[in-house]
Amino acid sequence: MNFLSRYLNEKRRPAFALVVILLAIAPFFLSDFRVNLLGKFIAYAILALGIDLIWGYTGILSMGHGVFFGLGAYCFAMYLKLESSGFKLPDFMSWSGLSSIPWFWKPFTNPVFAIIMALVVPTLIAFIIGFLTFKNRIQGVYFSILSQALAVIISVLFIGQQAYTGGSNGITDCNQIFGYSLASPTTKVVLYYVALALLIAAFSLCDFIVGRKMGKVLVAIRDGENRVRFSGYNPTGYKVAVYCISALLAGVAGAIYFPQVGIITPTEMGITPSIEMVIWVAIGGKGSLIGAVIAAILVNALKSGISDTFPDVWSYFIGIAFVLVVLFMPNGIVGKVSEFKKKKIKFLK
Amino acid sequence: MGTYLTQIFNGISVSSVYLIAALGLSITFGLMKVINMAHGEFIMIGAYTAFVVQSIFLNYLSGIFSVYFIVAIPVSFITAGIIGYVLEILVIRHLYGRPLDSLLATWGVSLTLQQLARSIFGAPNVDVKSPNWLNGGIQVISGFVMPYKRLFIILLVALCLTGVYLLLYRTPYGRRIRAVMQNRNMASSLGIPTRKVDAYTFALGSGLAGIAGCALALLGSIGPTLGSNYIVDTFMVVVLGGVSRLAGTIAGASIIGVGDTLFEFLTDTTMAKVLIFAVVIVFLQWKPKGLFTISSRELDD
Repeated sequence: MNFLSRYLNEKRRPAFALVVILLAIAPFFLSDFRVNLLGKFIAYAILALGIDLIWGYTGILSMGHGVFFGLGAYCFAMYLKLESSGFKLPDFMSWSGLSSIPWFWKPFTNPVFAIIMALVVPTLIAFIIGFLTFKNRIQGVYFSILSQALAVIISVLFIGQQAYTGGSNGITDCNQIFGYSLASPTTKVVLYYVALALLIAAFSLCDFIVGRKMGKVLVAIRDGENRVRFSGYNPTGYKVAVYCISALLAGVAGAIYFPQVGIITPTEMGITPSIEMVIWVAIGGKGSLIGAVIAAILVNALKSGISDTFPDVWSYFIGIAFVLVVLFMPNGIVGKVSEFKKKKIKFLK
Repeated sequence: MGTYLTQIFNGISVSSVYLIAALGLSITFGLMKVINMAHGEFIMIGAYTAFVVQSIFLNYLSGIFSVYFIVAIPVSFITAGIIGYVLEILVIRHLYGRPLDSLLATWGVSLTLQQLARSIFGAPNVDVKSPNWLNGGIQVISGFVMPYKRLFIILLVALCLTGVYLLLYRTPYGRRIRAVMQNRNMASSLGIPTRKVDAYTFALGSGLAGIAGCALALLGSIGPTLGSNYIVDTFMVVVLGGVSRLAGTIAGASIIGVGDTLFEFLTDTTMAKVLIFAVVIVFLQWKPKGLFTISSRELDD
């Protein structure tokens, strides 16, 4: 009990525990459809944690996280597609004129390999790009532009290689996972709880990093990279590491996103979704793990509420909300809340 | 022979489009360290302005329809410039010194402007009818035609470039811009109103994007996402060329434009994009700040 109270001493942890409890009991109250939707938002929340780690804590703005999310989803989708087509040639390949499964698709008949790849591929790409840019001290907006270009290029590449990736239709029409039907409500609820477990794991990982010395160095890099360098730390390693971790989390998010949603297209990897992911973190409050989780879920819930009925309104809303948040709430909802608390305390004194 | 000449000409033509799109961006980025994600939307505004001017001529001044494009260029410049000025005052000014935040805020602006265009002009693309004197082309040798439209755009870009050069290097206003670019604090100490310079320069950059949109209207149909199709390449031009000199932008645009055409000729469109990205990444290993930089002893810039 002593351990527990010490653990909950950090402010974000009781808040997160509350969110987890709410999410855990949600399936008892919501319809299957809503639970599935919420499961998708949980995947987004995992992704948002990664973005918060790199942007909120380290101050590196990556505008291409959709790529890592998409790659994670594609890797897992490759297995599910193969399983659903009975480990024979998937339908879109035969439409594109292929007669046998391409060599790099073959290992994906093994689910363990597919899951490992969903983690390794995004991390590896982040490592290569991160190493090449951060080593040369390419910082700030330059890195943002490059990460954005990455998003465009990967999505263009995936659209272009129709025979291997399903082109702009992406990978879809999967009906089973490990022998269970994807359409059955039980599978969906199980997937939901898997997503929730992954969210807890992701939060714990970020919480662990942030609480350690590494977290302090990350914040220091954000606030004054050269001072960090002069203090005898090499920021490059830290930056590459945090980029890889956040790509890994995005890959995990993608892998749990796909079986719940059932479709992944190159559009998900483009600029617009990638920047929208940053918005969640901005609205929640950068540099606050719990803010990222809550905002990812809330913004998307709002989006599915508004954009289905009024798609135009949603574009205006998200555009204007973003400008206003950046201008007036640089620390997001969480920043506003703590500001409000401080004021109240002052008032009470 | 004709094929190769066509490729070279296409390379120059694509470069010129990138150049005019990147010109305004590199000036504002160089001066204010603000990456304007809404730059593409100013291109779109320019293109739609050309469309509106065309419609007005078609309906009220059809007798002198053929000159509408000449009118459209300055009108686009002014329209985009005014909207840019307003944007600077409302948003960008408040985010000075927070480049990443301004990047995100301008992205929000870009979303809003795109949706606005969709609401006003409708989601389907519209087309600009090019005036008769721009149709056709010069047949140089068999298999190699230089379309008038492309030549006109190259000429337009050359004019804009000359104009910007004269403005930057031959006028007191240009001297101020360059001073602020090189050392903002020093310039401010010496009495240059840096905020005013920022606002006017931002308007100028947006106006140039408007002209770019006018030019692009000749090449294809106009849609709300016209600008965002070009924006990434434009950013790459700026990153590659460096932001402090016009020569950098010209070099960046030429390398990306010619490279794009060359790789596309050798492989295909998607591979060309990937190869160009690889080239830029490799190039930045050698010069992380782009081709042309102002040498400075400042540590954080």
